[in-house]
Amino acid sequence: MATAINTSTTDLVTRFPNFVTLDARTGYTGFIVKKENLVEVATAVRDEFGFDLLTAATAVDYIAENKMEMVYHAYKTTGGAGLIFKVQVERVDPIELPSLINIWPGVDFQEREAWDLYGIKFTGHPDLRRILMWEGFEGHPLRKDWKEPFFEEETKPFKSRWPDGQHTFAENKNPFRDNLNFPKDFDPEKYVVTGEDDLYMSLDRDSRKDEAGNMKTDHIVVNMGPHHPSTHGVLRVAVQLDGETIIGLKPVMGYLHRNHDKIGERNTYLQIIPYTDRLDYFNSMSNNFGYVTTVEKLMKIPVAERAEYIRVIMAELTRVQNHLIFIGMLMNDLGAMYTPSLYAFEERELILDIFEAISGARMMCNYFRFGGVVRDIPDDVLQKLKDLVFERLPAKTDEMERFLNENEVLVARLKGIHVLNADDAIKYSVTGPVLRAAGVPYDLRRADPYSIYDRFDFDVAVRHNGDMMDNYLIRFDEIRQSLRILEQALKQIPGGPINSQKPAYQVRVPAGEAYGRVESPKGELGFYIISNGKPNPYRYHVRPASFVNLTAVESMCIGSKIADFVALLAMLDIVMGELDR
Amino acid sequence: MENEKLSLPNYNIPEDLENAVVITTLDRLYNWGRRSSVWPLMFGLACCAIEMIAAQTARYDMARFGMEVMRPTPRQADMMLVSGTVTKKMLPAIIRLYNQMPEPKYVVAMGACASSGGPFKEGYNVVAGIDKFLPVDVYIPGCPPTPQALIAGMIKLQEKIDRQSIKTVRWYNKEKVDGNYVPMPILGPDLIDVRRNAEYKAAAATKEGA
Repeated sequence: MATAINTSTTDLVTRFPNFVTLDARTGYTGFIVKKENLVEVATAVRDEFGFDLLTAATAVDYIAENKMEMVYHAYKTTGGAGLIFKVQVERVDPIELPSLINIWPGVDFQEREAWDLYGIKFTGHPDLRRILMWEGFEGHPLRKDWKEPFFEEETKPFKSRWPDGQHTFAENKNPFRDNLNFPKDFDPEKYVVTGEDDLYMSLDRDSRKDEAGNMKTDHIVVNMGPHHPSTHGVLRVAVQLDGETIIGLKPVMGYLHRNHDKIGERNTYLQIIPYTDRLDYFNSMSNNFGYVTTVEKLMKIPVAERAEYIRVIMAELTRVQNHLIFIGMLMNDLGAMYTPSLYAFEERELILDIFEAISGARMMCNYFRFGGVVRDIPDDVLQKLKDLVFERLPAKTDEMERFLNENEVLVARLKGIHVLNADDAIKYSVTGPVLRAAGVPYDLRRADPYSIYDRFDFDVAVRHNGDMMDNYLIRFDEIRQSLRILEQALKQIPGGPINSQKPAYQVRVPAGEAYGRVESPKGELGFYIISNGKPNPYRYHVRPASFVNLTAVESMCIGSKIADFVALLAMLDIVMGELDR
Repeated sequence: MENEKLSLPNYNIPEDLENAVVITTLDRLYNWGRRSSVWPLMFGLACCAIEMIAAQTARYDMARFGMEVMRPTPRQADMMLVSGTVTKKMLPAIIRLYNQMPEPKYVVAMGACASSGGPFKEGYNVVAGIDKFLPVDVYIPGCPPTPQALIAGMIKLQEKIDRQSIKTVRWYNKEKVDGNYVPMPILGPDLIDVRRNAEYKAAAATKEGA
């Protein structure tokens, strides 16, 4: 893997000797591109070097150097190592960078996020509005000089709690006696609410008037959510309808923006693990997996052999239960209210029992540690697990397929309804089952193997039509493959220690950057961490699968009927905790 | 204490009628009907919503307590289960839903976030507890609370309903027609709770620095 990075290194600098340099900071990799030539280099990265999938784009605030940096991670859908390129810009407002949306449209939401949280203006972005916070919010919260209202100190542990342990209420320190911060001399009575005109204008770009400037027939704008039973949480979608056909659609998010990144940058490395549980709350084990893998990359420590197997077992169990719930919830959305999901939840409870037995919690497992896991699997739980994996789950998966797959209503609702084709899916940086159902066999467990996935014999589930039926069936395929991995892992699991490190409250993480990614059930879950050698990460960024996958929803839905929209959204399998963070 | 008084009205029933006649109070009858059909608003915010769904499924089956009918519209719901982190951006929607619910209505804060902000309290977009805006009847601890804990909290709510009297409840009080209306907060430079405008203005005027 290291060699692959080196090859591409020489390539990019040789190709653009005048404006690409190697990132020479210790612990960093990749290149630094001049701002003026970013678009040119990015085009070459995609077209000449073949990095067609831009997975992560995020900003970093280097306040000491007075620089703002944008980091791009590009990968090939054929697999292999990625290419990291960065662009730096003076940290003086207005901070401007060229948008890459014409090269990788999947960067859309991530650039909007960088604008929202860092205040970087992307010139050429057609719809640069705030995405997680609301229009009118004061400041750009992830900048290092922006302090939240309950700010105490830069990093934890706070002195008010440790070692002195004097209890203080955060409210008492804030002049507004609450989690609030208003600008000086702010008068709430004179405040004029800006409203959401921008949002509706963005929906309406070209439909209000025809060429002659005459008013066309009325289109209806319908707001679905944030309180809607079929948006899987608190997503809001503003849909513009012509009759029943969707002609414009904009997702509005941030209703569950819990400031994961900002809190993460205050926390110590170990304290972040329980927060990652709450990202994608169906799959806490996968989130743990992605995070500890990234920190282990930075720390350069091995993982105990037995722990590697336990991790794979837990990650695959998570995938099985996630896909079961997906199927149940999809049926809910299609109108088969509740019965299929009752079946799905029955199996899920059995898997959660295993999680509870080994970690003590049903959902928020907080189970992984740097170098291993926190507790061993007791023998009786292992036996229970074997019964589940070898007998019950395969039988129940068959049963669900038998009950559902040939149901006439289901087939009529799913078959032939287009979701995404392969080109569009790659263009919009979609990963996970949706990409594979479009015919691209891109699974990180094979494309860029992490942990011990290279030891197992399994196939990457792939289907080729890219319609809803394929998106639905591929979940069953993946359950089957996961069960195959589980069977092998349970047969091969060795004894021995479960952690290669001594338990510690503080871990020493050398300075540098790392981007770690795992194949979570929803797609590629990435963590981008920058350490400056202190007990807390300098920059902690989550690249959630749901968030980036949702970029495609607009192009997916335009032209289809509003009744299908709910099912199309269900196909993306979004979860708001991860989407909004 | 009061509950026992309500259920024992001290009437002597003739022996031959004991199997045919039941004497109770209006309060007890009224509360029995309400407590056995508390319809929750189908409304999930975050992680806790998943445990709320789990509590509705076969293993835990909240239907045993008359709470299985989740209503997506606030106009048919009796109880709002605030299941997850309340963010500033989401708060106006929650308040609007609450104001649209008809009386009698109850609010249950499920989990650490809805009760106090929980692990995310320090976040800049997080409201530290829904009780800053809505009158909460029952708090359920946990992160997330297990379905058993949720059901225990629901039983607590039923006990609370048992203790109410039709003579004193706020929704039949003619003087307080709009008794529980909560004014809509505004999303400005930060979340504006319009009830505290004067306080904000005073604090902003004395604020140090720019």
